[in-house]
Amino acid sequence: MAKSLTIDAKDMHYTPLNQQIREALANGAREVTVNGVLGQRFIGSGLQGDATITINGVPGGDLAMFMSGPTIIVHGNADHAPGNTMDSGKVVIHGSAGDAVAHSMRGGTIFVRDNIGYRGGIHMKQYEEKRPILVVGGAARTFLGEYMAGGLLIVLDLNETMDARGIGSGIHGGEIIIRGDVDDASLASGAKKVPLTDEDRARIAPVIREFAGEFGLDPEPLINADYTRIVPASARPFAGKYTWE
Amino acid sequence: MNNNIGSIPLRYRVTIDRDRCMECERCIENCSYGVFRRDGDRILINSRKCTACHRCLAYCPRDAISLEEYPCDYRNHPVWTRQTREDIYNQARTGKIILAGMGSVSNLPVIFDHLMLDASQVTTPPTDPLREPVELRTYLGKKPSRLELRRNPGGDVELATPLAPNLMLETPIMLGHMSYGAISLNAQISMARAAKETGTYMGTGEGGLHAGLYPYQDRMIVQVASGRFGVNIDYLERGAAIEIKLGQGAKPGIGGHLTGEKVSKDVSRTRMIPEGSDAISPAPHHDIYSTEDLSQLVRSIKEATEWKKPVFAKIAAVNNTAENVAAVARASVDAVVIDGFRGGTGAAPKVFRDHVGIPLEVAIASADRELSLQGLRNEVSLIACGSIRESADVVKAIALGADAVYIGTAALVAMGCRVCGNCYQGLCPWGIATQRPDLVQRLDPDVASKQVANLIRAWTMEITELMGAAGINSIESLRGNRDRLRGYMLDENLLRVLDVKSVGA
Repeated sequence: MAKSLTIDAKDMHYTPLNQQIREALANGAREVTVNGVLGQRFIGSGLQGDATITINGVPGGDLAMFMSGPTIIVHGNADHAPGNTMDSGKVVIHGSAGDAVAHSMRGGTIFVRDNIGYRGGIHMKQYEEKRPILVVGGAARTFLGEYMAGGLLIVLDLNETMDARGIGSGIHGGEIIIRGDVDDASLASGAKKVPLTDEDRARIAPVIREFAGEFGLDPEPLINADYTRIVPASARPFAGKYTWE
Repeated sequence: MNNNIGSIPLRYRVTIDRDRCMECERCIENCSYGVFRRDGDRILINSRKCTACHRCLAYCPRDAISLEEYPCDYRNHPVWTRQTREDIYNQARTGKIILAGMGSVSNLPVIFDHLMLDASQVTTPPTDPLREPVELRTYLGKKPSRLELRRNPGGDVELATPLAPNLMLETPIMLGHMSYGAISLNAQISMARAAKETGTYMGTGEGGLHAGLYPYQDRMIVQVASGRFGVNIDYLERGAAIEIKLGQGAKPGIGGHLTGEKVSKDVSRTRMIPEGSDAISPAPHHDIYSTEDLSQLVRSIKEATEWKKPVFAKIAAVNNTAENVAAVARASVDAVVIDGFRGGTGAAPKVFRDHVGIPLEVAIASADRELSLQGLRNEVSLIACGSIRESADVVKAIALGADAVYIGTAALVAMGCRVCGNCYQGLCPWGIATQRPDLVQRLDPDVASKQVANLIRAWTMEITELMGAAGINSIESLRGNRDRLRGYMLDENLLRVLDVKSVGA
């Protein structure tokens, strides 16, 4: 079989679409282009391997859920929870995405060029070398990084339209880095602001370079911009709440 | 003590009959709570540390130890009970929410105990299970609403309707979800072996699947809870079925926290979170804010596993259980688990454990009826759990409409647990609710798996006998067969909700 394949997804249900993608990967395809996507959910759900899937259109919810390995590039917006409980791999969205982007994500990278909805990065977590990364070019909404337990979440707010409250509600691991200043009133209890150190900046620079490269942006002004870093006030936010019988 | 309350009267008093004691120190070795210590030529006792786990009694070769509960009385008062007073002292000192271990301790009537089973006599005679086999094999999952047949080119008739994947159980008793972290790996391995031996299944709980359980993975139901601990595609593919935990009977409406102290290196690897960090499961799944979202999660899991595995969803029994079950049944789920208000837990806020939720018996009966009314009963199997204590409870739950049950505490008791309710301390001297290696190794899976398998076999035989006595030769004929139940001392409203007649009627 050829190393690349094109699928026309017009009027196709998600199950046969996923079956075709899986079959293509099983037969050794390294590049799969899916045209005419219009709301099909679960594309790439549980997909494993080392291939690049290019989606032309607007995928439905749970894009790349449980995905382990592949790269998915979306030329369009994405719906609810792309990268949900994703294990590894990469999702690049040339557009905006809905609520709960990167929900419970445990590894890999998600780049969203424009805006994301509510509770972005909720309950992202990390373990040993698995450290998920979510970078948003535009703005994020309320409850960004809620229950966050690990990983790196960067919001560049390129159009300066960010208006999120309750940031980091219940955060107990990981870090949220937002370009520009964040009003104290926008932080949930349990989250705290700390200065971005030179080491932090050096750490995020390669991530920002990779993001800028995907979308044809000049990385240097972004790397050198002012950022607010938000981390948990405690790794044990509930430790003081209970007494034993 | 820096308060105006002083010490609370002893909960238990441990005594040693010095005439019988031979000072072998087995009590000192066995007690992980530190009740006993040697001082010179005497074994000293600190009764305040005792949990009534009975480990010392069980291993004293001379029966020299005895234990008394509440050796010191308060002024007796029917309203201001010992427990209400002691909870106030606790909260006056700490200002915190009280956590407690194991199931509800509320002294409310158990409906199962007020349901009597039927037997055949003269008008229809009982069947003899020795001669006439009683079929207990149970299939969990969707059943087609109609069957279409076709004739193949060879002339034979074959099934044309595609069948959804089902789990096949040799007995309607499964082992419920208790996570690695809440209980030890040896406890999980013991139950997994018992499940394999008796042809049934076991739940992983929400703590992931330890590599030590991979040999039994075709007998494991892997759980996906709101924390998504240990969940990846490999985990989903290993399980025989997948269960989404939406609620728990011991603490309906709230999530869970496994405290950092219990997240050891091995637990951390299985849950895929850093060692020593709190494992927080939020109250809702934050990708499920509606019944439509639930359908999305179920279908995403099915897509990921190529529609080869049944997906269960577990909810706590609450006021509108029937509506909740009907909603779940419309969300592509294959089986609904209903966890009653007496369901067990490693730790739950006491106020939830003892006050929130409704009895399992009522929840099963109303769910079964609602599903039938809506024409959805074939879409989902019903699994009952939450303090199933004996084989009669299994038979009654099935007669009220369940397809199968999960047992949790009963399986732990089969491994030695004394229901002391101190699971949260992580010091379980029976090697069950602990991660301390010296305690875990006390539980030998070769021995404990036999005990759990024995319990399942014994109950299965009793169920067979009860069914034979009632002239029922297959589990399908028992399911939802409320006519084989009678309510004894239950009020008219409850009988109507259960759809069961009174004794004598």
